[in-house]
Amino acid sequence: MSFIPLFFALPLVSAFFIPILGKIYRPLVWIVSTVVSFILFILALYGTAVTQEIPMIVYKMGNWPPPLGIVMAFDSFSALMVLVISIIVFSGSLFSLRYMSHYTGQWKFYTLYMLITAGMMGVSITGDLFNMFVFLEIAAISSYALVAFGVDAEELEASFKYMVMGEIGGLTFLLTIALIYAKTSTLNLADISNSLQMIRGSTFFWTILGMLLFAFSIKAALVPFHSWLPDAHPAAPAPISSLLSGIFIKVLGLYTTARIVFNVFGLSRATDPLFFNILVGLGLLSIAFAGLTALNQGDYKRLLGFSSVSQIGYIMLGLGIGNYYGVAGALFFILAHALGKGLLFLTSGSVVHATGTRDLKKLAGLGERMSTTAWSFRFGALSLIGIPPLVGFFAKFFIIIGAAQAGFLWIAIVAILLSILTLAYLLKIENSVFMKKGKIEAKAAPFTMRIAMVFLVVLIVVIGIGFQPVMDFIVGPAAHALLKGLEYSHLVFSSFTMNF
Amino acid sequence: MKGMSLIVKSITNIAVGFIFIYGIYIVLHGHLTPGGGFAGGVIIAGAFILKFLAFGSAIKAERQSSTITSTFESIGGLLFIGIALMGLVITGTFFLNFLPKGIQLHLLSAGIIPFCNIAIGIKVCAGLFAIFLALAAVKYSMED
Amino acid sequence: MMIFASCIILFLIGLYAIVTKRNLIKIAIGFAFIEYAINLLFALIGFKRDAIAPIITSLDAPHNFVDPIPQALVLTAIVIALGTTALMLTVILRIYNRFKTFDIAEIKKLKG
Repeated sequence: MSFIPLFFALPLVSAFFIPILGKIYRPLVWIVSTVVSFILFILALYGTAVTQEIPMIVYKMGNWPPPLGIVMAFDSFSALMVLVISIIVFSGSLFSLRYMSHYTGQWKFYTLYMLITAGMMGVSITGDLFNMFVFLEIAAISSYALVAFGVDAEELEASFKYMVMGEIGGLTFLLTIALIYAKTSTLNLADISNSLQMIRGSTFFWTILGMLLFAFSIKAALVPFHSWLPDAHPAAPAPISSLLSGIFIKVLGLYTTARIVFNVFGLSRATDPLFFNILVGLGLLSIAFAGLTALNQGDYKRLLGFSSVSQIGYIMLGLGIGNYYGVAGALFFILAHALGKGLLFLTSGSVVHATGTRDLKKLAGLGERMSTTAWSFRFGALSLIGIPPLVGFFAKFFIIIGAAQAGFLWIAIVAILLSILTLAYLLKIENSVFMKKGKIEAKAAPFTMRIAMVFLVVLIVVIGIGFQPVMDFIVGPAAHALLKGLEYSHLVFSSFTMNF
Repeated sequence: MKGMSLIVKSITNIAVGFIFIYGIYIVLHGHLTPGGGFAGGVIIAGAFILKFLAFGSAIKAERQSSTITSTFESIGGLLFIGIALMGLVITGTFFLNFLPKGIQLHLLSAGIIPFCNIAIGIKVCAGLFAIFLALAAVKYSMED
Repeated sequence: MMIFASCIILFLIGLYAIVTKRNLIKIAIGFAFIEYAINLLFALIGFKRDAIAPIITSLDAPHNFVDPIPQALVLTAIVIALGTTALMLTVILRIYNRFKTFDIAEIKKLKG
């Protein structure tokens, strides 16, 4: 059971090693980064296998029992997030070998890359509120620096705007921690959940929940707090854009929201239907507004950025529906969107590497010359639109079943109609970049970049065709872990804890 | 970056030694008195920054200092997480306090805490000095 | 109760500076105000009447201490604020290098 601290200790050690290694022998830093992300992938698979038998592993740091010490509470939901993080980090690291060769100071890039990985892993597995804040800030500060990597005018402005909005969210989170500590005198998530049940429904309860939802909505880029994302994601280098859109906004925004709403505050659709309807409303607002704005964008990555905001709305919609199929569909969509959108941003990086521009009016006719990139784009786009048998179809299908089961038939119809928006704007990229006839300077993508894209395509197809075992063993238990609600605190304190 | 007048330089030569010793005292007694790694590291960084500001330096020395500083920062970080991982390797619990606790209220007591304080002190000092060098380098490139 | 009001006033001053000021440095100072307010709130939460500072000076001293956990949280929050402020100031300096102005209305190259 002592593999759990390795999830954040291993990236931290490599982040501190890379500055020293970078001065001795330059290509070594890329090898360290890729090998560490592959080891994290193997550990994540092992963690998923272990949580099949033990519903929760509680790891006490320094052997202090909860609620005195900091604990890591690793259940199936954490296992799912860790698996998705390691897949996207590994493919991004493979891609960066040739893409970052134009930038100077590469060891700085890989140090920040390992730090952001450590931050995201730490948020997913911790069971202590202030520890979650510390890891969240580690990941956020690394992302501010990575967006500004390359110090062009556009990147600096995007990074500053992102920094201001992100820090307001982070400081609101810290303020809320102060208020929670004043009321409950503890920082352990399970203990807070027990204490909050005694004051359930009071003004304090709803105010704290509202402030936390505000802070996490800024990080998750839900409308109306999304305005930093369409500037920050295009300005970042392509592997970082794929990381940010693929998992960063989900771990820091949606994982934390789900954990707080379901397990700590103990809400469910049966007891608080009004709150969950508010979540559904937020989700629909994001899908519609961002989807419509994406239609008239002229920049490849900016269009993909608005598309990310729209798909985050789908996940919030699924969480808001609140029954088994809704929540399971939302979690499956976290996996599907990470693979699909991560792949689409990697293809945009490949196009920029070959031609040097992101302007859709200037790009033309790359379909024959960059065939791996074009086919990767087509697979990723089909998955996000929701075409069977790729993985995106099953995710949206489960959300729609959940909506129908809860009696929201009109939401199911609206969700299907808004899927057509996704088809429209992704078709725009396909036409402008790959199909249109034209002449522009381009060379084929290098080998490691193609391997990274093909890796994600293979995963999209395999998980799509084999959706039933993935649903039974990985996503289903994660949804059950969320819907169990207050049993989370029983599991943390019970004799299932293992530590030796 | 120009230096300052002769009076400032002579006083700095004397004062830097005292500030440095005071910072090390705060770091080492972190488990007995308030302070510890972070506060002591800031004071030691203050000593280095004072010397840099009083004497001025050419930009070549700045580049050299920033290489050595980032190496020290890595060493500090690796020391801290190495102590934590040694707990994992020796006893199987991450971050366990595995050294003997000693007699209470003496300088060499409380297990791994003095060593963690030293590691944090090194890292914070190097980190703050690197931030200062980065800001000074930007100002330098603006003046040309 | 009046002491907590001072925290709220500091927080609102900081928020006003971030939202309305046009100079980039003033926005960074606004963030510093908000961080002061939150750290002050943390330190005030742990206070108990007629209690002493949580330092053990001899082994048989009386043990009614002020709560030490908020003090550890404030230390961590100060370090995180240091990192954020340093990064923000470096980005602001590089913006000045590129655009030759500190005014936020002049640096809008990106659209909505």
